[in-house]
Amino acid sequence: MKALLALIVGDPLADRSVPQTGVTARLTVFVAAVMAFLAVIALAVSLTTNRVATVWAEELAQSATLRLPADPATADALLLYALEVLETTPGVSTVRALSQDEQQALLEPWFGPDLPLDALPMPQLIEIVADGDGYDVDGLRARLEGQVPGAILDDHAAWREPLLQAASRVRLIGWTVILLIGATVAAMITLAAQAALAANVQVISVLRLVGATDTYIARAFVRRFTLRAGAGAIIGAVFGVGVLALMPQGDASGSLLMDVGFAGAEWLWPLLIPLLAAIVAFFATRAAAFRRLREQT
Amino acid sequence: MIELDNVSYGYRGNALFSQLSLTLAPGSFHFLTGPSGAGKTTLLRLCYADLRAMRGKVRIFGEDAGALNRDAVAMSRRRIGVVHQDCQFLDHLSIAENIALPLTVSGRAGEAANDLEELLNWVGLGPQAGQLPPELSGGERQRAALARAVIVSPDVIIADEPTGNVDWEMSQRILNLLIELNKMGKTILIATHDLAMIRSAKSDVSARILRLTDGQLMQAGAEL
Repeated sequence: MKALLALIVGDPLADRSVPQTGVTARLTVFVAAVMAFLAVIALAVSLTTNRVATVWAEELAQSATLRLPADPATADALLLYALEVLETTPGVSTVRALSQDEQQALLEPWFGPDLPLDALPMPQLIEIVADGDGYDVDGLRARLEGQVPGAILDDHAAWREPLLQAASRVRLIGWTVILLIGATVAAMITLAAQAALAANVQVISVLRLVGATDTYIARAFVRRFTLRAGAGAIIGAVFGVGVLALMPQGDASGSLLMDVGFAGAEWLWPLLIPLLAAIVAFFATRAAAFRRLREQT
Repeated sequence: MIELDNVSYGYRGNALFSQLSLTLAPGSFHFLTGPSGAGKTTLLRLCYADLRAMRGKVRIFGEDAGALNRDAVAMSRRRIGVVHQDCQFLDHLSIAENIALPLTVSGRAGEAANDLEELLNWVGLGPQAGQLPPELSGGERQRAALARAVIVSPDVIIADEPTGNVDWEMSQRILNLLIELNKMGKTILIATHDLAMIRSAKSDVSARILRLTDGQLMQAGAEL
């Protein structure tokens, strides 16, 4: 804590030993701001994917669809049998046969709005919602096979797993982008620090001559670049958070594109970005400064 | 104080000098003379551990300079005041801030105020305290460099052509300052081409005059 305070407050006399370098300073702040903005967006995408995938997975895990054979002669009887079986199954919370309009709405994206559903042999769909503990899928399948021949229970497992895998990959990409941004900040700060050190060869030579240690000389550069990177990252993070806050929000129905942003405590995550940028700048400048000092003197 | 024992040094495979020995005893006064390119500046840099001997040993305050780490070298510089011919200042700082720099880097900036004023007056730069180094004349810069070298009250003062860019009157003034420091017990080593300055010093100080030529360090004096 003391060291952190010393870094922020600094030693005015030591700071004055190294002249200000205007262009490098402005570029450092600018690049740190841009990188922090991109990091906030990448973080938001990653966290949103995680959130939406969780919602989708929970919804899919709790719901299932029972499809009855499209035989007009037995349809009503099968529907009654099926509802009876489902309603007496432990773990099933609600059971609802989809109406003809709802079934038509499901087919509309593929066949258009004028599909004459009455004239076609359409299977009846029943929506099943499980309670918290769920039901025995294999047991239900066995009962349906005996009492409702031809009924097919789809518990959505076939596409819930790929969906979760895809969400996991998007999250991984998001974190990889954040890591790459961190590496880019480190590389950029290293280059800027090396340029500043190279421009101050004479200053370093004089400081060594009068007995300055490497730590003393490096501190002036490290403090300067750490504060610049931190300040730039604060600007970029604030801008990124502002852009996300102004984006139109969805109805919490799990739409990825409409929900990009942060929710609840997630809004605290962007606070870490300036801190991380400053830490990266601190170590990158320190390494560059000590390397340069060893080479020069 | 500082001892060179059979030291060899060269650049790009060419030996500048070999098996050279020199001892700077406490309170001694040495002039180092010799032709340009003989290695005077190199010899001085070995004395304040700015270079490391290729062979032989350099001992600074009893420590083997070749074994000193970078922090230890920095610490030894705080006991050795160095005056360069080209002075080497930080051009963005005032002369007063430049002179106080050795105190600043050693964390003793608080001691600067009184010492600094006294020192500025001693070298006759009181009115120029707030000026930037490029605004000063060659002689004023040399005196400022001397003031910077002595502000931490070092045990040894090493000066490389301290009167190289100044007129006779100014060179006498700088020499008198160095003699005064020697009388205060400081060890002085001056590299110079200025034989007239050496002759003028002989009456005021018991100085050892060394001549570095063809890689050999010899006692001089009679011819001066």
